[in-house]
Amino acid sequence: MDSVIHFASLSFFAAGSFFVLTGALGLLRFPDFYTRMHASGITDTMGADLILIGMILQSGGDWQVIVKLGFIMFFMMFTSPVSTHSIAHAAWVGGLNPLIGPELTHEDIAPDRDDETQGEGV
Amino acid sequence: MMMFVAAATAILVAMGLALGRALIGPTLYDRVLAGNSFGTKTILLLGLMGFITGRPDFLDIALLYALMNFIATIAILKFFRYRTMGRGMRARTLEARKTGGSDG
Amino acid sequence: MVKFLMNVAGRYVALAAGLMFLWLLMSGFFHESTLLLFGVTSALLCAWLTLHMGILDEDSVPLGLLPGIFLYWLWLVIEIGKANFIVAWQVWSPKMSLSPRMIRVKAKQRSDTGIATFANSITLTPGTVSVEVLKDDILIHALTDGLADVAAIEDMGDKVCRVERGAKNPKKTGATSTHNHVDGGKT
Repeated sequence: MDSVIHFASLSFFAAGSFFVLTGALGLLRFPDFYTRMHASGITDTMGADLILIGMILQSGGDWQVIVKLGFIMFFMMFTSPVSTHSIAHAAWVGGLNPLIGPELTHEDIAPDRDDETQGEGV
Repeated sequence: MMMFVAAATAILVAMGLALGRALIGPTLYDRVLAGNSFGTKTILLLGLMGFITGRPDFLDIALLYALMNFIATIAILKFFRYRTMGRGMRARTLEARKTGGSDG
Repeated sequence: MVKFLMNVAGRYVALAAGLMFLWLLMSGFFHESTLLLFGVTSALLCAWLTLHMGILDEDSVPLGLLPGIFLYWLWLVIEIGKANFIVAWQVWSPKMSLSPRMIRVKAKQRSDTGIATFANSITLTPGTVSVEVLKDDILIHALTDGLADVAAIEDMGDKVCRVERGAKNPKKTGATSTHNHVDGGKT
């Protein structure tokens, strides 16, 4: 039984590390901001949750550790999409145009923000 | 023990990659996104440190960081939207709402 | 149990009980009466502040969603898993075949909580991010053509609607009575 749990948490850690690395690599490789958001989403959901499940399996029956890890998972499930959405919305309102289509062409579809902070996207 | 260290190493490498994106990122939003992703990995690293050192107190810090990371992202975005955090903030928010812009 | 409390004494007690439960879980003090008293006081104070600020309503304490939302989360976790593999494949494939698109999806949810749940579910699923949330539609940035599946996303929206409706129908009268309880608490 003990070795089964050990093996399960080992595989959860391996898969989680793989997805965290995948997210970071995507963050570096993808061509523009809007596509990089999706890569960051991998780290936020799959990578983080798999590693947290691995830690829960390794907690050795300490219920407080399990509860705290569960709350970390719970909070991340609520906060990560909200922060991703607000970054995306800020970029969209700020007039950053996404690359569209298989040829990755810039299309002028984002609305231009028309106050004094326009053109500060650096 | 070994696997905690291995997972922590993988997370550290991923943090390095995210830091690279934060340094070269062409737009402000890339940097904020990289910072947010970096924060997520920090939470995982804090949890793993708690297991490596055998002190579950680290989980409280990780829990706090999970909430602070969110607030920091929102605060940074708000700052770059309105260029201020204090006085004049409310007036500008009302003005933006009047002209039809939704909050960022 | 939370539902029962809500029917008996309204949102105030449900929120206070929830906060107390959170305090117990976080601190782990069950036997020290002084600390327990502090915990009860802080939970009641927080609930009272929420009531005093006037934000104690269905949007801040969405009790109506409670039973149905768990099944929805289970379904969502499976969807997230499937989408993760598609995006991870794109990251590791030597020649990325991205074709990003912007699509608009109708949001038929009635409450703000429903729309927020729907938009968050879209963002949580890798490959689709909600960029702009309007009154009755959501603008989505999708990573590939395969992920920009309007029918599948609207199916997700229907599921959120069903959770919301399952909450609304038996609670039609409950909502008004809760309101009375809140008013009663103020006087």
